[in-house]
Parts: sequence; C-alpha cells; structure tokens
Amino acid sequence: MAEPSKTEGNPAGPAEVVTPNVTEVAEIDVATESAAVAAIEAPAERGEPILQVRNLVKHFPLTQGILFKRQVGAVKAVDGVSFDLYQGETLGIVGESGCGKSTVARLLMTLEKATAGEVFYKGQDITRLSGRALKAVRRNIQMVFQDPYTSLNPRMTVGDIIGEPFDIHPEVAPKGDRRGKVQDLLDVVGLNPEYINRYPHQFSGGQRQRIGIARGLALNPEVIICDEPVSALDVSVQAQVINLMEKLQDEFNLSYIFIAHDLSIVRHISDRVGVMYLGKMAEIGTDTQIYDHPTHPYTQALLSAVPVPDPEARTGRERIILSGDVPSPANPPSGCRFRTRCWKAEDKCAKEVPLLAIPERFVSSTTPAAHESACHFAEEKNVVHAV
Amino acid sequence: MPEPEPPKDEGAIAPTGTGGTMDLATSDGAGLEGLDQGDGKGPDEKARSLWSDAWRDLRRNPVFIISGLIILFLVFIAIWPQAIASGNPLSCNLSKAQQGSQPGHPFGFTAQGCDVYTRTVYGARASVTVGVCATLGVAIVGTVLGGLAGFFGGFSDSILSRVTDIFFGIPVVLGGLVLLSVVTSSSVWPVVGFMVLLGWPQISRIARGSVITIKQNDFVQAARALGASNSRMMLRHVLPNAVAPVIVVATIALGTYIALEATLSYLGVGLKPPSVSWGIDISDASKFIRNAPHMLLWPAGALAITVLAFIMLGDAVRDALDPKLR
Repeated sequence: MAEPSKTEGNPAGPAEVVTPNVTEVAEIDVATESAAVAAIEAPAERGEPILQVRNLVKHFPLTQGILFKRQVGAVKAVDGVSFDLYQGETLGIVGESGCGKSTVARLLMTLEKATAGEVFYKGQDITRLSGRALKAVRRNIQMVFQDPYTSLNPRMTVGDIIGEPFDIHPEVAPKGDRRGKVQDLLDVVGLNPEYINRYPHQFSGGQRQRIGIARGLALNPEVIICDEPVSALDVSVQAQVINLMEKLQDEFNLSYIFIAHDLSIVRHISDRVGVMYLGKMAEIGTDTQIYDHPTHPYTQALLSAVPVPDPEARTGRERIILSGDVPSPANPPSGCRFRTRCWKAEDKCAKEVPLLAIPERFVSSTTPAAHESACHFAEEKNVVHAV
Repeated sequence: MPEPEPPKDEGAIAPTGTGGTMDLATSDGAGLEGLDQGDGKGPDEKARSLWSDAWRDLRRNPVFIISGLIILFLVFIAIWPQAIASGNPLSCNLSKAQQGSQPGHPFGFTAQGCDVYTRTVYGARASVTVGVCATLGVAIVGTVLGGLAGFFGGFSDSILSRVTDIFFGIPVVLGGLVLLSVVTSSSVWPVVGFMVLLGWPQISRIARGSVITIKQNDFVQAARALGASNSRMMLRHVLPNAVAPVIVVATIALGTYIALEATLSYLGVGLKPPSVSWGIDISDASKFIRNAPHMLLWPAGALAITVLAFIMLGDAVRDALDPKLR
C-alpha cells in the first residue's frame, strides 16, 4: 500500500449508500477558529451522540512508476461506514484482519486523511479541521494502540512518555506540577509512581499497555479509541487491562470505541457492537442483539467459529464454515460484499448493495432481531456459541 | 435509533471462550510482577532523560574515556604541534634520507631526509581536519536530506533517491581527478568539500531507510495523535531512534576519508606540498617499504590509532543512546 497520504481528490466509489439508522447531525457552523475550539471544548451531555461518523471512505491509491507515480487502482479499506458513538458508552467494532477496523480508528484520530465522508465531533467535522481546532480535538480524542512494544518510544523514560502530552498542550498542566501529574497517572493505571525514570523495555507487556493508557488519559479526553488494546497481551493480562479500562471509564466518564477481533472481550466491554466486513459495516446493534439475535450471515458465521468449551453443547451445534477467502479490497465484489462467501446469495445480492437498516420483516416488531443489518435476506439463525 | 445503555458494571471476565474456568478477578494493580526487586536504587526524584542518562553512562565507560583522551590529544597537537615537536617538518637533509632512529629523531627520516616524528605530529592537523570535517559534513548533509526525504516521503523523496543514485554512479577517484585538478589552493577545504559532495549519498540512504522504519512505529503515530508538530516528532521520536546506524557508518567512514585524502594526495590532486599530512607521507613511504619500513609505520600507526579512537567513540555513544543495552 503506497503513499496513503496522497489521496485527496480521489472521489469515493459507492458513497451513495446513506444509512438511515443514525441520528441527525446537528452541525455547528462556526465562523472562526476560536468558535470551533469553544464548540469542541464544551462538555458533552451523557447519552448525547458525541462522535457521528457519516459515510466514511478511505481508499489507498495503488501506484506505479519510479519518479512519476500514476494511480492504477485503490485499496478500498473503508468504504462508506456510518455510526454514532454516545457519550459514556462503549462501541465495539469487530471483524477479521483486513476488514478496515484499524483504518477507521486512524481516520477518527485524523492520522489518515479521509477520502470522503465526515466525522462529527460535537457538531464539528474533524476531517476538515486544522490548526488550533484540530489540536483541541486531539486533546479530547485519544488512542490506545495495539502493540505495547512499538507504541512507546524506547528512548524515552516513562516520565517523558506520559509527560509528553503536557509538553504539547502546555495549558493542561503548569510546568511545575507535571511530574506530580505523571506520577498520579501512573498510580491511576496501577503502576508504581517510582517507575517514572524507567525505560519501556524494563516493563512487561501488560505494564507497557498501562503506560500507553496513562498517556491516553493524560489530557483528560472524552473519547478513547482503543485499537485492539489487548490482542498483543496474554489472556490473564488481558483481563487486568480490560478491568482497568472499565474502571477508568466509570471514573473519568469516558466513551470508548473498542476495536478487537476477540468476540468475547468485545461483548464483555461493549454496550453496542458493530460488525465489519471488507470495509463496510455488516451489522450493528446492542451486544444482546448482535450476539444472541444476529441476522447477518457473516455475524452468524463469525459467532459459530467461537470455540465452545462445553463438550455436550459442542456435539449438537452447527458450525458455519465459509468457503473461499476474503476478496481483495482493491477489487471488491459488486452488490453485497459478502455474497461471494454467503450461502444465501442470489442474483439480487450481486446487483443491489444492501443498506445497513432494520430489515423490513422486523421493522414493526419489537424483537431483538430488529436492528440494523446490511443483508437482503436477514433472518435470525440459532447459533450456539460461548460468548 | 438505538438507545445507549449505561456502562456495565461487571467485575471480572473470562477473556476467551476457551478459558471457561479461569478466575480472573485480579485486582488492577496485579501487573507489577518482578519490577520491585529492580536495581536496588531508591526512588530517584530527579527527572532523567535519554541524554542525561547517556552522559552518565559514558562517563563510566572506559572505552569512551580512552578514545576520548586520544581524540583530545589529537585535537591538541593538531592545534598546537609545536608543544611536542620542536623541529620544522619542512627542514630536510637529504644526506639523512631513509635513515632509522637516531638520538633526537626517534622515528627516523623520510626519503627526503625529513624528520618522521615532526612530520607525523604536524600531519595530524591536515589528516584530522579532513577526516573530522568530511565526516561531520557528510553526516549532517546526509542525515538532514535522507531524514527529511524519509520522513515526508512522496515526490521529494523520489527526486532525492534518484539524485542519490546519480552520485553513487560517480567513481570517487575519477571524480577527484576531474574536480580537484582544477583547484589550485593547497588548503584542505577543497578536499573536504569534494568528500562531502561524493560522500553524503551513502549516509543519506542509511538515514532515509532508518527513518522510514522508525516512522512506521506506533509511538510516532501516538505523538501525532497527541498533536505533536512535525519538528517534535522528528527531533524527539524519529531522530534518536534512527541515528544509531548513521553513527556507526560515519565513524567507519572517518578512516576511509583520511585514507582517501592519502589516495588523492598520491595522485597529486589532494593536499599539495608543502602541506604536511599522514596521507602524503604514507603514499611517499609506500615505495620504500622493504628498505625503510619505519617511514610508513609511524604515520600509518598514527592513522590507525586515530581511526580506532573515533570508531570506539562512535560505538560507545551508540550504546549509551540505547537504553536496552544498559
């Protein structure tokens, strides 16, 4: 994937799919940068949508040539994703490797420039912000990275790593008590404040992830985007880190976007869950709706792949084995992205892109199956699974 | 529109479906295994940084002390050779040509009958100047250009990479013959300039590759996500991590540059007499190595010690800047 930064002006392909399931965006028009900063710094109400993602698209151009590069195609890593994040909730995003989860995280952090679509934070489209307003957004949206071994600078002490946010945003902490603040943060994440002069390599994986969380908390953000924060840790340490994150969410009133491929962890921590496949959201709903009443065949297949520890329950259950591989995101299938591996696929699936909406048959009912699912033939299927 | 549920309030989880019976209600402070036994030092209230730690480390490193003393001594005699050599490097007596050690002339005489000791001491100035300045110039130009190209990528990177290829294609000796033969000055600066001109692509390539590798690390992305400026990312995050291979190659190249100065002088396009340099003396003496090896061994020995001192210094600095090696 070459030159991801040079994607401006590359219009999105199928961005016409407007998801009707998300709330109206109350876009705030601001005349000046200071007004934008003020809007961003206003506190969010509990239960209000704090982050609204609309038709987010990211295409990485594929280029050829040595000096004069010419575009020969695009990897459609994220292709029209919409969802809301409410203040105080945890939204889990699951999906297999390469489905665009991490790209979504990087787009929300404005680490990548979106090809099309908007991300509204308190009514401001952060994909268009720059300068002081963007800096204010970055104060309020922070990230915890996947790999605790590469996310900490090996040549900085823990004190420097956790204190760096204060160097960049000096208004948050006066110079004199930064060191005390860093020690408080170490204490908050369950590390000994005396470790302030140690280097990252002197810590275990779980401790390093705590340092990463402390850095994310330093600026007292409202949203933390967790890109597979525990998948590099072993199972017992995963539990510690997850419990720590839940504790911090209560303590600091945080909203999380929690990206993972471990379905059980996502169910444990999330209030709502979105399932992604090949750059699109396949299904989104509360954790009960997704885990106990999945209507999208991909979600059902994913759940049936979770190992069941009970031998008796295991004998009777049906495992959905998908055939083939995930198609290349550079050349995704027409219509429904999942149709090449779906046992329900018909002609309609190749022609029409299914909308992410409550399936018609469930629209008027109050069953848990009545949640947004991007499938023409959405129906419940009893999947025995252990999460 | 889905209503958000309040955050859950469960205590512990079994993190995978397979882990059924595991009780993971661990307290949040349970990840502190193994560090309390540390190094026995109490809480150190003074804030420490990479550079202060590196300096603390270097001061205790005998390799750094020895190589540092040698380099200080070389700098001293380069500035003030009269302090240890009272003779004149240009006063020669042909009747003593190629003679060995004599009282007052411990290193013997050259083919022209000049005192080898005096010439070796006086030669330090030209050789150390050429070596150190060419290395510094190459390291700075190469790191800045390669680092910027690697950091920003894109079109400027493509241009720089092709320019690097062009410079790599120029044979050093041929380039020296062409470029330096038009220079009439007998000072060291044209030679230094020539070496920087042809030497920077080597460092630039290494710096570029190194920066590209480091840039992809999550900690650089984390700094960007915090709102760090490009200069902060480059100076605080990328440079300290990318500089190690540059230091290694630069210190090795230092010896090469002193030897290259000798080669160019031998070809008549480097330093020109009456300049005194180890390179000139080594190339003069190499014709008589079987009859009078002392003429070669003293300046060559001085050259070897100089190069070794700089390589050891570079090695010690590189190690001190890597906390993992402490």
